[in-house]
Amino acid sequence: MEKTNKQALQVAALKNGTVIDHIPSGKLFTVVSLLKLQEMDKNITIGFNLESKKLGKKGIIKVADKFFSDEEISRLSVVAPNVKLNIIRDYEVVEKKEAHMPDELRGIVKCANPKCITNNEPMITYFHVVDKEQGVLKCHYCEKEQNKENIKLI
Amino acid sequence: MENRSLVTIAEYSKEKILYLLEMAKQFEKNSNRKILDGKVVATLFFEPSTRTRLSFETAVNRLGGRIIGFSDAATTSSSKGESLKDTIMMVSNYADLIVMRHYLEGAARYASEIAPVPIINAGDGANQHPSQTMLDLYTIYQTQGTLENLNIFLVGDLKYGRTVHSLIMAMRHFNPTFHFVAPEELKMPEEYKIYCRQHNIKYTEHTDFTEEVIANADILYMTRVQRERFTDLMEYERVKDVYILHNKMLENTRPNLRILHPLPRVNEIAYDVDNNEKAYYFQQARNGLFARQAIICDVLGITLDQIKE
Repeated sequence: MEKTNKQALQVAALKNGTVIDHIPSGKLFTVVSLLKLQEMDKNITIGFNLESKKLGKKGIIKVADKFFSDEEISRLSVVAPNVKLNIIRDYEVVEKKEAHMPDELRGIVKCANPKCITNNEPMITYFHVVDKEQGVLKCHYCEKEQNKENIKLI
Repeated sequence: MENRSLVTIAEYSKEKILYLLEMAKQFEKNSNRKILDGKVVATLFFEPSTRTRLSFETAVNRLGGRIIGFSDAATTSSSKGESLKDTIMMVSNYADLIVMRHYLEGAARYASEIAPVPIINAGDGANQHPSQTMLDLYTIYQTQGTLENLNIFLVGDLKYGRTVHSLIMAMRHFNPTFHFVAPEELKMPEEYKIYCRQHNIKYTEHTDFTEEVIANADILYMTRVQRERFTDLMEYERVKDVYILHNKMLENTRPNLRILHPLPRVNEIAYDVDNNEKAYYFQQARNGLFARQAIICDVLGITLDQIKE
């Protein structure tokens, strides 16, 4: 019981919406901009540098009355692969989702190759995920591979 | 409509490659045919490449097609800031086919996705140059009578040389044994060695370039070792004369050996090699005409049967 109370203290409860949990603190604001939360008019709570046994410090985001699409969730996997989503309806967790790396990424990641056409034309980037475990992406256009560590979001 | 563009050789199956080689053979027999009568081909060279452009334009001219285009982006609207898309869309209104050379990597792929007419990639930065690979394959086939089970030696700059990378990919269908001969700084990148292992392509690496090393070669594919590729100039000074082919190194090589080079050569093949019957780089360049005629016809939907008639 004590444990639940502690968590309740960290972030207030949600009636309907989504709780995104286990975000590494360093990735929190990337997740915010990836999901374009700054453009939403929903009630949003963002927790930063909260204690986590797994991650040391974690971030948590609660968005009221918002249920993310599978596409939005798969985008998340690019920056924070172990993120957990709890879908809340009437204060109860009705579904848990994990962000999985999709096979393709469109318009999310910037190509690291300065001589790539995508960095020189008004166009949408397109990557094939060649290794989900290691997070290796291959640019559809210049065919250069890049690792998860060096990925820059658009 | 099916997009018949040629962006990379990696997309071609074994059957497709053999089919195009057969087509090139027909053009070698007779390269002057009026099969492109009434067609307009655009050659858009955003980066100058005289050799490739002349080869493509000759290919079109000898087939009776007409050419529009430019040989240097400085004289076009892209120097005014026009996007590639706009240039491609504009030219697509005029031409039946676009042959494009661009300094940016992936430019050809993008153009092939937006253009209503087929695109032939005539080189996109350091990425792909499939018509060069096709003429290399044709030359190997022509000189050896087969593409199967050959010992192919790639010499020089194997790190940045896109022609050697594309050749490996195209040869994967034909059970080759590769020998990579390069200085430490310019050795074959790991990703291509992984590619070889994934496709069961045998390869051996060498840093020495000697008579003994090349004794069992069927094809010796020379490339240029460029000074500007070295971070360590002392290393360059040490190796610059090591990867030069001299006529006397060819004495004990196989009789069927042929020496290829994508050209331009600087000093990596000594001039005394030119008169050796094993030197084949000028004939190789000539094959570019036939290989490109085959590619042009194929992307325009003209079949081998139509050419034979």
